[in-house]
Amino acid sequence: MSVWLGILIGSIAVYSWKLLGNLLPKRLLDNPRVASTANMLTIALMAALVGVQAFVTKSHIVFDARVPAALLASFLAYKKVPFLVIVASAAALAAVIRLF
Amino acid sequence: MKAKNSVRATSIGVGFATGLYGISFGALSVAAGLDIWQTQVLSLLMFSGGSQFAFVGVLATGGVSAVPSAVVSAWLLGIRNGFYAIRMAPVLSLRARAVPVASQLTIDESTAVSLAQEDLKRQREGFWTTGIAVFVFWNSLTLLGAFAGTALGKPETYGLDAAAVAAFIALVWPRLRSILESVTAIAALLVSAVSSVWLPVGLPVIVAGLVAVAIANVFHVGKKGDQK
Repeated sequence: MSVWLGILIGSIAVYSWKLLGNLLPKRLLDNPRVASTANMLTIALMAALVGVQAFVTKSHIVFDARVPAALLASFLAYKKVPFLVIVASAAALAAVIRLF
Repeated sequence: MKAKNSVRATSIGVGFATGLYGISFGALSVAAGLDIWQTQVLSLLMFSGGSQFAFVGVLATGGVSAVPSAVVSAWLLGIRNGFYAIRMAPVLSLRARAVPVASQLTIDESTAVSLAQEDLKRQREGFWTTGIAVFVFWNSLTLLGAFAGTALGKPETYGLDAAAVAAFIALVWPRLRSILESVTAIAALLVSAVSSVWLPVGLPVIVAGLVAVAIANVFHVGKKGDQK
């Protein structure tokens, strides 16, 4: 699958949820199982993306400048620092570490 | 009149603040190997931050061979918007021809601003103005970020790979409000990293997501101690 085709299918797939929601009854939201599964899925996917992007390079577990950057980002997120500051600080730390 | 202005001011403020994420999305997307056009079309058509970050995040790990996994990851992360649409439908009570446009604008921010208003009229205004403001800022700042990212060159030199990690940490952190949510996040992180050693690129994210959901459901049932 080419990147362009992926963009198109992915966009339609994401849009389909938004459209589908208009057709479903509101009482579905009252089902705790459905609501908590959707919530957990979101958390798990984002955390999984942290996992592969922080520790994996070409199918190998690698500990490099990304790890201290991730720790700094976690600390700043815990301190409720704004999104852009977290991202910029982590990038700066990784860049500085790679200078040495 | 004052209240009306305050809805509009909130919408524009939220739109601009969200749009700023668009800069990092644009930069990370080109760092992941997409070109400026592909990056911009993602923001126009997919228009859902979490899904877009996931899409380019998976591509960053595996390139073209990871496209199917990138699509599935983006799709699964978009489920949240479906829940917003269910919640917003009775508020907006749309005519059929307005549904396609409203659907595209059904995202975290438009839903949050709308539901924070007290009466129906302002809830509707909050949805539309925030949705449109986010759309305009998100797309224009995506373009800015994509140009900036292209001008910078090799992503690792500027720590852009670490920036991608930080972006997801910043996105997921406020969602961890219970022990179960935190444990699920850590489990997903470990499963995805470790399974990357033998699973094809892209799949670890999806597998980790599904495993974590299974765990969450088991505990959810256990906690409620229901019939079965």
